[in-house]
Amino acid sequence: MDKMPKWADVVLTPLISLVLAMAISALVILAIGESPWMALTTMVEGALGSSYGWGFTLYYTTNFIFTGLAVMVAYHASLFNIGGEGQAMMGGLGVALVCLALPWPHWGVALPAAMIGAALFGAAWALIPAWLQAKRGSHIVITTIMFNFIAAALLNYVLVNILRPVGSMDPASARFPEGTHLPKLAEIAAGFGIEWGKNTPVNITFLFAIVICFLVWVLIWRTRLGYEIRAFGKSEPGALYAGISPVRITVITMLISGALAGLMAINNVMGEAERLLLNSVEGAGFIGIAVALMGRNHPFGVFLAALLFGFLYQGGGELALWTTIPRELIIVIQALVILFTGALDNMVRIPLERMFMAMRSKGKP
Amino acid sequence: MSLMKSLLAGAALTALSSGLAMAEPALIYDLGGKFDKSFNEAAFNGAQRWVEETGGSYKELEMQSEAQREQALRRLAETGANPIVMTGFAFSDVLTKIAPDYPDTKFAIIDMVVEQPNVQSVVFTEEQGSYLAGIMAAMVSQSKTVGFIGGMDIPLIHKFECGFAQGFKSAAPDGKVLVNYTGTTPAAWNDPVKGGELTKAQHSQGADVIYAAAGGTGIGVLQAAADEGILSIGVDSNQNHLHPGKVLTSMVKRVDNAVFDAFTAGTELEPGVKVMDLAAGGVDVAIDESNQPLVTPEIQAALTTPRRKSPRAKSRCMTTCLTIAARQADGGRR
Repeated sequence: MDKMPKWADVVLTPLISLVLAMAISALVILAIGESPWMALTTMVEGALGSSYGWGFTLYYTTNFIFTGLAVMVAYHASLFNIGGEGQAMMGGLGVALVCLALPWPHWGVALPAAMIGAALFGAAWALIPAWLQAKRGSHIVITTIMFNFIAAALLNYVLVNILRPVGSMDPASARFPEGTHLPKLAEIAAGFGIEWGKNTPVNITFLFAIVICFLVWVLIWRTRLGYEIRAFGKSEPGALYAGISPVRITVITMLISGALAGLMAINNVMGEAERLLLNSVEGAGFIGIAVALMGRNHPFGVFLAALLFGFLYQGGGELALWTTIPRELIIVIQALVILFTGALDNMVRIPLERMFMAMRSKGKP
Repeated sequence: MSLMKSLLAGAALTALSSGLAMAEPALIYDLGGKFDKSFNEAAFNGAQRWVEETGGSYKELEMQSEAQREQALRRLAETGANPIVMTGFAFSDVLTKIAPDYPDTKFAIIDMVVEQPNVQSVVFTEEQGSYLAGIMAAMVSQSKTVGFIGGMDIPLIHKFECGFAQGFKSAAPDGKVLVNYTGTTPAAWNDPVKGGELTKAQHSQGADVIYAAAGGTGIGVLQAAADEGILSIGVDSNQNHLHPGKVLTSMVKRVDNAVFDAFTAGTELEPGVKVMDLAAGGVDVAIDESNQPLVTPEIQAALTTPRRKSPRAKSRCMTTCLTIAARQADGGRR
């Protein structure tokens, strides 16, 4: 029997953690002499108060859905993929190479090709750590972290020396041709005669991200491979006994994980910047870890957690833009949320479980 | 809330008095942040100086992510800020895109050329100042080996490196320049520990003057050089006073002047390219009481000629810089 009802596990625990994180953030804001209420309203207004705010919130959400799913899939095989950052960087390189390679006639043609490029590059970047883990037992946490730095160095080299247009100071690739520009949600809305989210970066990738959430759910809980991944994650000797090859599952899971992280580049590189920047991933790979943990490693949870972090990102950005609260403090607020919902999860969970147990035993005669 | 209010009030005010030249100027800092002890902070200092001298007020923004660049620019333009000054080449692409949407607003971008009728592009000739620093390094170096520590391996920093190496070789043709870059992620601009490590490594290879062009990382370079008993060269702001007698000089880049000038010009800001070179006082080597004992009359004399003939020093260095860039673009085939 479960210790507490499912809704309490999925909704109540993160909610209480969130409230605690906000309470401590409020104290911090008070300590520097600003009004916490003003900070909160600025964040909510800026992120959710207008279609403009939503446009940015959903853009960040899309990034975090991809990296969150990447961490989630690996987690089901008990593999902790911290390399989402590097895999997303490489995915960006894949997208840029595809977009710059041909004069694409229409985004409908360019998008599938770019998705393949992004997924291939992201997966390739996860392949070596996966192989090292499967064959040599090199710990995947260490190797994927190190591959983040290798990706940064490689991207820097490629941008400065190969993809940078002649005469440009900016270490970034040339602009992608017109035919690769993805439709923004604002344009789609305008097509229906609705004015929504003008000048915001959220694009059609957001809809793809939702579809991919569903596909990942199907993969993990409705396919044979998903079953094997979960079995392997629960117990390696058990999986071995059942005839599941650890090497095969490790490599395949990491390839899927890397491909998902790489696909994030469709949103930020192809959808937003429309060229490859040196600093395009901006830590989304690491946020993905928090998103997956908070989302309880379920695609729907990942979606909700990504939305929350999208809100924190956009709301935090608004705070930095329009108040005198320093930028560094916004990182403190975001860190507190991660700390409470991820690391200190049991602090809320265990008392809650006790409470539900007590209520249940009282209910019995 | 007060800033928000004043922004809204500002918006309302400009809406009422549109056409009147009473808009507030605005300053946007790049991702490095306002207090980076280097580039962005110099811009902030320039803006503060303008406030002190004129009693005016200005708006400022710090960004958090790449996607906010356009957001920040549009919002500022819509609230009626004029002129809007931004620091860093990373704004160029976004500015090119949005400047035509706000033809009545003047923009100024530092470190990059954006060709739009309402944009002033301020570029510095870092290679000239670095050239002078190179000459000074060559004249005080005993081992005729000097070091260069850059932040990230990007074109902007190549200009510093190239000018420094050119100046050094002009005074010590057989000398050696050791070159290291701190890192591959933006964290490289703020890693004083690694800066110190690289300094020690270059010292062990014989370098006795080390030039840091690495933002906050340079603080560690200067510290380590002082500890090791060798000389260092600061960058962007005058850093001579940090370790008096141990910092040979600082290659100052007057970003503050650029911001001050732009704010002073106000809505009359002149579009086009503004080159802040040696002659215009945009770059120079700082000589003050902290490093006076190190700068011998011979060094002073050696600096006079290139200072006066700065255009030639510039063109020579630029040509070399361009060949290097071309070679790199060619994948090293030349």
